[in-house]
Amino acid sequence: MTALLVIDRLSVRYDSREVLRALSLEVARGEIVALMGPSGAGKSTALRAVAALQPFGNGRIVVDGFALEAGPVPPESRLVPLRRRVGLVFQAHALFSHLTALDNVTLAPRHVLGQTRSHAESVATELLGSLGVGGRASAWPSQLSGGEAQRVAIARALAPDPPLLLMDEPTAALDPARRTALGTTLRQLSEQGRGLLIATHDTEFARAHADRVVSLTA
Amino acid sequence: MLIAATCPVFSLLLSLGTQAPAPQALVWGGDAEGGAPFVEADPANPSRVRGFDVEVAERIARGLGRRTARFVQVQWSSIDQSVERGDFTLGLSGVEDTPVRRARHAVTIPYFEFREVLAVRPQDAGRIHSLADLRGHRVATLGATIAYDLLLAARDSAGLIPLSYDDDVHPYADLVSGRVDAVLLDHIIAQRALRRAGGSAFVILDQPVALGHYVGVLARADSTLRDSVDAVLREAMRDGTLEQTLRRWDVWDPSQRVLFERVLRSGAAKAGGAATSLQIIAYLPSVARAAAITLVISILSMALAVTLGLALASARVYGPIWLRVATTVYVEVIRGTPLLLQLFVIYYGLSDVVRLPAFLAAILALGLNYAAYEAEIYRGALETVTRSQLEAARTLGLSELQILRLVRGPQAFRFALAPMTNDFVALLKDSSLVSVITVVELTKQTAIYATNVGSWVVPGALCAAVYLAMSLPLARLARRLERRWSPAT
Repeated sequence: MTALLVIDRLSVRYDSREVLRALSLEVARGEIVALMGPSGAGKSTALRAVAALQPFGNGRIVVDGFALEAGPVPPESRLVPLRRRVGLVFQAHALFSHLTALDNVTLAPRHVLGQTRSHAESVATELLGSLGVGGRASAWPSQLSGGEAQRVAIARALAPDPPLLLMDEPTAALDPARRTALGTTLRQLSEQGRGLLIATHDTEFARAHADRVVSLTA
Repeated sequence: MLIAATCPVFSLLLSLGTQAPAPQALVWGGDAEGGAPFVEADPANPSRVRGFDVEVAERIARGLGRRTARFVQVQWSSIDQSVERGDFTLGLSGVEDTPVRRARHAVTIPYFEFREVLAVRPQDAGRIHSLADLRGHRVATLGATIAYDLLLAARDSAGLIPLSYDDDVHPYADLVSGRVDAVLLDHIIAQRALRRAGGSAFVILDQPVALGHYVGVLARADSTLRDSVDAVLREAMRDGTLEQTLRRWDVWDPSQRVLFERVLRSGAAKAGGAATSLQIIAYLPSVARAAAITLVISILSMALAVTLGLALASARVYGPIWLRVATTVYVEVIRGTPLLLQLFVIYYGLSDVVRLPAFLAAILALGLNYAAYEAEIYRGALETVTRSQLEAARTLGLSELQILRLVRGPQAFRFALAPMTNDFVALLKDSSLVSVITVVELTKQTAIYATNVGSWVVPGALCAAVYLAMSLPLARLARRLERRWSPAT
């Protein structure tokens, strides 16, 4: 069976500095892969390249049959299949500050997938509930704690139901109890058949919750 | 140096000590912008003025035993207020004799009789003979004059459209260019304009619409001095010096002799001009109409400014490099030049290419000007939306347009709301500038009202109250909207 995500010899340069050199990894369906390394090792850059937010100079990325080639980022119109396949949870959550938690989650299902408001809201409410923030649906992003905001951001990324979920430093703002809860959540997501690629420098978390660890050096 | 500087102080002290003798110079005020034959800067020595009003002032100074007459420049429409303030003793510059002026100030006997005459284009001369023939036509004049009052009266009776100008040159220019269909002004001004226009550009109708008189105006408290000035003017009528002056400036005609005889016989001539009610109530409808015009101009200009501003900001944020450069140039040129200049360019400067109606030109100038400021507000607001939110929207599959409409625009709008409202309040006040292109809005109407009643106190307070009544609720509304749209923090 082919892997959900294949990164093949990915290299990224910022000006003259080489941020990533020939990174290769695979993530299968139902698998949690931790991408480890110190700050500046290129973990976030690798995730951004997979989400087509970052051009890369060499290598190839294939997500469930959709290939990204080296060179500039293609126009959005050509990235529609990729957007359906990949969800990204930003380190800083990046929730839309003018929308409630519920509206953050329903934005893409309603406007990209064309779902009705009531359908999108019932799915989103269920999703928020399963992540333990069902009671915060009507809260504004500025009213959420770090852990709540992260779970709303996960719900937002999951709402269009992508098979691959990317997470950038998900434990950065969490206390130990919440880290364990997050691990449980990730496991549930992988058991639904999703592939997860987690960029983290938290060795303990990676060892406890990832199926596999890929290490980068600075 | 020190002695020179202290000399005036010494002489002042001396004069205080010696039972206040008559001052050396008669200080009089007039408007040299009015030009010849009234008062104009002397081409041979622009620091001096000349004209028949200048000679009348000098004759009065001599008759009062003063050594010289010293001229003070004042805007024509402000002569009454300035003389009451004490800026000068005597106002003299084609000042019209009106009942209101007589009631408010010390006014001399008339020294010149003028005719309010109509000027029309040559092809209309056979058709138009009086105000009654001008139903539905635009008739221009100088604001705050007897002629303007006559036109206002004729608006109701004859159905013409009065237009008030700030100067007496542009009414005739606009008559020739077809913007207005007739001009009603003093025959001296009409004849001067005709000479300047080459003598055949328009026709002055023979039959005067009304008669009026030029007088000198003094502060209300100076009625004793006024009586002395009257005595000097009578003397000048008797000894022929006034006639010589008027002949020298080519404004003498037989009707002046009739006026002189009547003045010398009766003591004081009956004041001419349209009667004006002093009641505040009488002005309320025109103030309300002017306020409505201010509001309509402001709203339409702001609508234009917002629309164009959004386009400019989008071009600056999303456009290719040449479009970004072009919009930057537009914004900087507009913000770097006075709105007044832009108004003149659009109304007068472009009149050879496109002859815009004043109302449209006003909205265009204000809208184009404020668009530059709105564009900067929107650009700044768009750039406050964090990059990570825009990237998050991209990863969710939203198109660029959807991101602008659903994520970036709504947040930017919230940031822009307060400065936009401030701009609208500023626009409301800046709209007073459009009076220079004949639009009578709130401030202009207030100036007319103030001139009529001879005081700025009540009209000024009323005007301020109306502006506040329009701007305060806006500021409150903006604060409410801001609170509603901004999530609790």
